[in-house]
Formats: sequence, structure tokens, C-alpha cells
Amino acid sequence: MARTMRGQVAIVGVGETPYYRHGQSPDAEFKLALAAVLAACDDAGMDPHEIDGFASFSNDRNDPPRLAAALGLPELRFSNMQWGGGGGGGSGAVGNAAAAVATGYADAVVVFRSLAQGQFGRFGRGPQIPRIQGRPAFTVPYGLMSPAQSFAMRVQRLFHERHVSPDTLKAVSLAAYYHAQQNPRAIMHGRPLSSEDYDNSRWIVEPFRLFDCCQENDGAAALLLVPAERAKDFKHAPAYILGVATGVPERAAAGVHNAPDYATSNFKSVAPHMYDMAQLGPHDVDVAQVYENFTGGVVMSIIENGLCTYEEANDFIQYDNLIAPSGKMPINTSGGNLAECYMHGLELQIESIRQIRGDSPNQVANANVHLIASGPMVEPVSGMLLGSEATR
Amino acid sequence: MSLPQHVTPSQVTDVAYLPPGLAQPSPAGDGLDAPYWGAALQNKLMVQQCNGCDRFLWGPEWVCHACHCFDLRWTEVEPRGRIYSWERVWHPVHPALTNGCPYVVVLVELPQAGDVRMVGNLLGEPIDRIEIGAEVEAVFEHHTDADPPFTLVQWRRAETD
Ligand SMILES: [Zn+2]
Repeated sequence: MARTMRGQVAIVGVGETPYYRHGQSPDAEFKLALAAVLAACDDAGMDPHEIDGFASFSNDRNDPPRLAAALGLPELRFSNMQWGGGGGGGSGAVGNAAAAVATGYADAVVVFRSLAQGQFGRFGRGPQIPRIQGRPAFTVPYGLMSPAQSFAMRVQRLFHERHVSPDTLKAVSLAAYYHAQQNPRAIMHGRPLSSEDYDNSRWIVEPFRLFDCCQENDGAAALLLVPAERAKDFKHAPAYILGVATGVPERAAAGVHNAPDYATSNFKSVAPHMYDMAQLGPHDVDVAQVYENFTGGVVMSIIENGLCTYEEANDFIQYDNLIAPSGKMPINTSGGNLAECYMHGLELQIESIRQIRGDSPNQVANANVHLIASGPMVEPVSGMLLGSEATR
Repeated sequence: MSLPQHVTPSQVTDVAYLPPGLAQPSPAGDGLDAPYWGAALQNKLMVQQCNGCDRFLWGPEWVCHACHCFDLRWTEVEPRGRIYSWERVWHPVHPALTNGCPYVVVLVELPQAGDVRMVGNLLGEPIDRIEIGAEVEAVFEHHTDADPPFTLVQWRRAETD
């Protein structure tokens, strides 16, 4: 029998706290995590005491035993952290939780991410310390220290090697802001972005302008996973995990920017495993949620997940093609990390589930297969395909 | 100080490209990269090379990524290369850089050392046009007053003759 998780696990509940600008959360990070977990159970209509596992990513500070104690869970059976920083673990954490559920290691696992940066400091700042050693000693003294600075040279190299146009970055940004205008939850709701606004925005680090960079936000999000045979016991239409994969290509984490393939989002080796598990291909994808740390990574992710080729990229990655409901491949239909909220990408899974349930702020009709690409340019990245009942 | 072969006096400076106040590099406590930092103080560029398969390696590593040999040596290489990629930084992410933008970071590949890549700054006017593939040569930027003293390996467009 082929080993696969295809269709064996369903996401039946989603929970979100309100999203705040970074440092603005009135609540502590742990309290946000609890609120999101409880909201996911409430959304599903499941007694929270049934939770027996947690999975997270990016070194989330709110550990499962503490959560289990706070919620008075009868027992905790699965507590899992996906290695790697940034948003690269978003789909990987769901995959880990799904693997536990599919194999009977646990029965009801919550994937969560909670961030309160006012409490713990921001990502987009360089280290303010007197001395530095190891790998950062070869970059930080040259003023290369923030995430934007760490990824900009990959994108510059992409333009050079593959003749991809910087206009593709702009298209990704404008589409996200367009979608956020229909989404009252979005931080950038009511703040439309025009083509001129984008062109006139300041450089952060070339080739990234201000609107190529994600927000940093406070808040928490959670997903509730159960075995497929229980999927219809809950309040909403289930979202089935069709395929999931995580990893990096050869030597992607070689030190000081020495990955053999440099101009990459790191999905080239990962996406084929995801599609294989799902028994689907890129042409089956109806809507894509593509993690944006920076727009250049989205462009690479679109290409490396097979939605277009390098040669097609300049024609395909255009605003009209990326917006819902009319575009050929709507992406980031809630506004994503750029314009809805930066919940380390877990809001992208939630938006896919809204699309499956039919209550997205930018609903695409008859959309059954949903790609979520978590991470780009970090190590490891992860991706998943979610499907409606029709895809099982 | 006598200069190594391939290094001219103009490739040695005590003028820093970036304003002071960034974290200062120091050799790692595990000893892995100490030969690199020691060589840079002497205006020499060193990378690792495998005694098992002769492959060049960078950044500093304990094992050869190709043949798993732990026996790695430090090899002095000619301090020149070509621009593999670049970025121009406009937004300061550290208080020391508030008045230091824009500045240019380059990723330089070393064809004479298996195309390993190194990060540095591209000296000169930051707003000048930058071309991927352009030939560059190292400039050893000494911070002798630092504790401990250190040397950054910077890059400038190579003289064309
Ligand atoms: Zn070797």
C-alpha cells in the first residue's frame, strides 16, 4: 500500500484573534495563543478538552505543555515544533500535525502561531550587541543583517539569471492590497495602494520598495485537525489535506550565501513531493496563498510551484491575473502578509479554508484545490494543497 | 608591514566604509574560523580547502560537503573576484546606520577558489551603477583600535588595463 496522507486528515476549525500592528496587542502572547486555540474549537463546535496535541513553527514561545495545563486538557499526546525560522514552517507544522492524526499518534491536534512583538522585539532590526561570532560575523559587520537584506540579493540574481522583470514584484503587492480592501479584518483595509503609490514608495533595500515588504503584526491563529472520518461531525465544510511537503534543495543552508542554487525560493525540490502526494499538478490549482516575506520570494514561489515558467513569468505575474475572482491565478485573496496580517503565514491556511467554505472576502467560484506555499527563501520551506469535499 | 603577493598598498586601508557602531566580528569560540580572521589582519584572504578531494569550501565548515572528510586546510587565494549579486541598502535597521545610507552590499564569487562566494561592501559611490559579473578586488579594511582588532574584506571595482 502506498504511504500517503492524501485525504486522511481534515481541518475542521480555524481561530484568529484580532490582528494588531506590531507592539499594539493589549494582550500577552500566551493569552493570544489561548484565545486562538479556543476560537478554533468554537468554530468547529468541539469541546476544547478533546485537544490532545499541538504543533507550531518558527520557535513559537508558547509551549504545548503550558497550553495543555492552562486549558486543563486531560492529556497531551503530541507536542511538535517544526525547525526553521520565518514562515517556512507554516505548512510543515500542519503536515506534522496531520501525520500524527493520520497515524493515530494523536486524535485532535491544533496548529498555532502566536506573536506579540511589543513583548518580545521585532524581526526587522539588526542585532545591537558589541561583538558577533560565527556565521553572522561574515555578514552583519557589512550592514547585512535584516531579513530584507538577507533576501534582496537572491532576487537581484533572479532578475539577472532568468530575465524576470521587477514589475512582477509590483503586481504581487498591488494584488494583495486590492484583496485587503474587501477584507474588513485586514490591517490595510481602507488603505488602497495605487500603481503610482508603489512607484513613489521609498526603497528599503533594492530591489525591494516599502510595499514589497511584509508587515510585522501581533496576534494569533490556530487550526484544528481531526481524522477524515470525523470531518463531517463539525459545524463547517471540512478542508482536506491533499498533499504536504517540506524541505530544501541540496546545500541550501551552505554558509554565507553559498547555496549552489541561489536565486531560488527553495521550493524546487519540495513542490514535486507535495503534488505527488496529492496526485495533482500545478494546473489543478484554483487559488494560491503564497507567503510573502518579500514580493520577490512570491514570484520565485509561483514559478517553482509550477504555476508558470520563468519564460512565462513576466506575462503571467501581472495584476489582472492575480486578483479574484477574475484572474487566471488569484493569489493571497485575504491580503496576505503584506496587507491582511503577518501571522507568520498561518493566516494563509485560514484564507484557503474560507475559500473552501465559500466565505472568503474575495471568493473564487468553484475553487476546490488550494495551494499554500510557506516560507520562501528560508530553510526549510513547506507547501501544502488543501481541497474541498469534491477533491477527495 | 610587507604585503602579500597580489596585494598593492592601495588595497589596504584604515578608513571604514560604514559608520562605527555595528557589531564587531571576532573569531568564534570553537576555533573554526580563527585562521580566516588572523589572515585578514595580515592582508591575506583565506578559504578552506578539503585535503580529501581538494574542493574549496566557504563559509567556514567542519566537514567537506562533498566527501565528508574532516581534514580541511586553509588556503590563501588571490583577493579578487566578480560580482555575483548586490543590494543597495536605503533603510537603516541599526542606529549606527542612520546616517550611513545608502550603502552597497555585494556577493562576490571567487573563480580561483571554486566559485565560493563572500559578502562585503562595494567601495566607491553607492549610487553608481553596479553590474553583475564585474571584476572586483579586495580591500583590507583594518579596525586596529577595536578590541580585539579585526579586518573586514571589502571590494572595489578592479583596475582595467
Ligand atoms: Zn572533500
